[in-house]
Amino acid sequence: MSRALLIARRELTAYFRSPLGSVVIASALLLDGILFYWRSLSQRLLSGEALAEFFWWTSGVTITAALFLSMRLVAEERQTGTFTLLNTAPLREWEIILGKYLSVFGMVLILTLLSVYMPLLLLVNGKVSLGHIVTGYLGQVLIGGAAAAIGLFASTLTRSQLVAVVVGAAIVVVMLVFWVLAQAIDPPLNKFLAAAALHHANFRPFQFGILELGATAYYLSVAYLFLLGAVKILEARRWR
Amino acid sequence: MIEIQELCKYYGQSRAVGPVSATIEKGEVVGLLGLNGAGKTTTLRVLACDLLPSSGTVKVQGLDVVERPEEVRRKIGYLSDRPPLYDEMRVREYLQFAYELRGKPAADGRKRVVEVAERVGLDKVLDEPLFSLSHGFRQRVGIAQAIVHDPELVVLDEPISGLDPVQIVEMRALVRQLGTDHTVIVSSHILSEISETCDRLLVLRDGIIVASGTEEELSQSLLEGVRVELTVRADSADLARILSVIRAVPGVGSAGAIAALERGQMVQSFEVQAKKDVREQVAASLQQAGFPLLALARKESELEDVFLKLAGGVPLRAAERQAS
Repeated sequence: MSRALLIARRELTAYFRSPLGSVVIASALLLDGILFYWRSLSQRLLSGEALAEFFWWTSGVTITAALFLSMRLVAEERQTGTFTLLNTAPLREWEIILGKYLSVFGMVLILTLLSVYMPLLLLVNGKVSLGHIVTGYLGQVLIGGAAAAIGLFASTLTRSQLVAVVVGAAIVVVMLVFWVLAQAIDPPLNKFLAAAALHHANFRPFQFGILELGATAYYLSVAYLFLLGAVKILEARRWR
Repeated sequence: MIEIQELCKYYGQSRAVGPVSATIEKGEVVGLLGLNGAGKTTTLRVLACDLLPSSGTVKVQGLDVVERPEEVRRKIGYLSDRPPLYDEMRVREYLQFAYELRGKPAADGRKRVVEVAERVGLDKVLDEPLFSLSHGFRQRVGIAQAIVHDPELVVLDEPISGLDPVQIVEMRALVRQLGTDHTVIVSSHILSEISETCDRLLVLRDGIIVASGTEEELSQSLLEGVRVELTVRADSADLARILSVIRAVPGVGSAGAIAALERGQMVQSFEVQAKKDVREQVAASLQQAGFPLLALARKESELEDVFLKLAGGVPLRAAERQAS
């Protein structure tokens, strides 16, 4: 565990020493601000509706940012040859993946925390509950964490960061449109697809300030499964 | 220290290495020699537990690389053909990271990093960012990360590649120095780069070991004798006498005068063909006969020919003939 934290610390430092971390966070915050003004402040909405609208749009920004932040984690190291250092150190594959995941999750947390001034404006000037804000942010962190795990998984598949982000985005898009497919498919598969959708039914409770155990478990499961996939890919690569 | 038995490594259907069997004793400095694509890097990656073998066994101090890879990795320091450097880090920070990554306590790392930096000649650039370092220094940092945790086995993949002549000399000295307290395996595709550094050479061709031994043993077994060129201070009138002195040395097959290899008066050069390396005996005989020896050397191209014959390339003289 301590070596996973060591890797996470190095990765977090790397995010801030290269332009990637700052550029992605700054761009995401800019986009969040524009969307907040456009969809929440300039509409005639109740405070609670404006907050729900903010969470809806910012979750998309968080997913996108998580994919861009995670694309480099393994792909870049394999491309530059630095992955050899990790691969020949007395580490298990899960320690490498956990360390890298913790770093990108840390970046998602930083991004999320930096956007908190927007709902706080609604809290100060309108009537929203603190619980709604906290639950909405929990949803942001969970969906961002799941997207980061998908991005990290995609990053283990290739040496190219561009390919990694495209593959990650493709997985996310497929998981996003599950709910659309669910509407066109007969039972019982439609229920499965609706439950497996990355956003819609699973994010909606958080958006409206409802903490649902099922949705929480869903995001944790997605993150776990993709991280497990990433570990298995690293293990398999030693045999290739 | 290392036992390799029937090691094979396949990439898909293509066999990159094997079957390879070899034993390397503790404290040896072994050179792994082969042309590009001969399987050197794959062999070293298996030894460093970066890759797992397709079949066969590799044991480091009795520990199997498949069954107990983490324990094996603790005992190994590995420098890949591209030093694995995080450019945004500073040298000190990077070596500390490499030290802790091998499960060593952070508190001891600071002292150890300084020790290792002094040993490999990095003490003046310890606080420099890695991206600003020259190729030679980057190689040194690569070696430093491989030895910072004081492993028993150091595996260096082409550490001399791309270095300038001064850096090559320094790197050879560094590898020799590492051999005093580590078992070292160093790979190269150029014989002269590692022949002086290694106790023993393993020559790889198409993924299998085609020869093993010291440079002397390899050249004796593969060349038809040894060619030596020598230059002595003597008058041209003494040519016949000098030749008779040389020919009287046991092992010398033939000897003849050649154009002087150095400018100046009273300088005569000879070429000697012998069944074995007779340089010491020839030097002693000429000294006894009163002819001061100015230069004595085995023909360099012969060493390269040994390697090229073994490695499957075109021997130099044949290549020269083709070129002309």
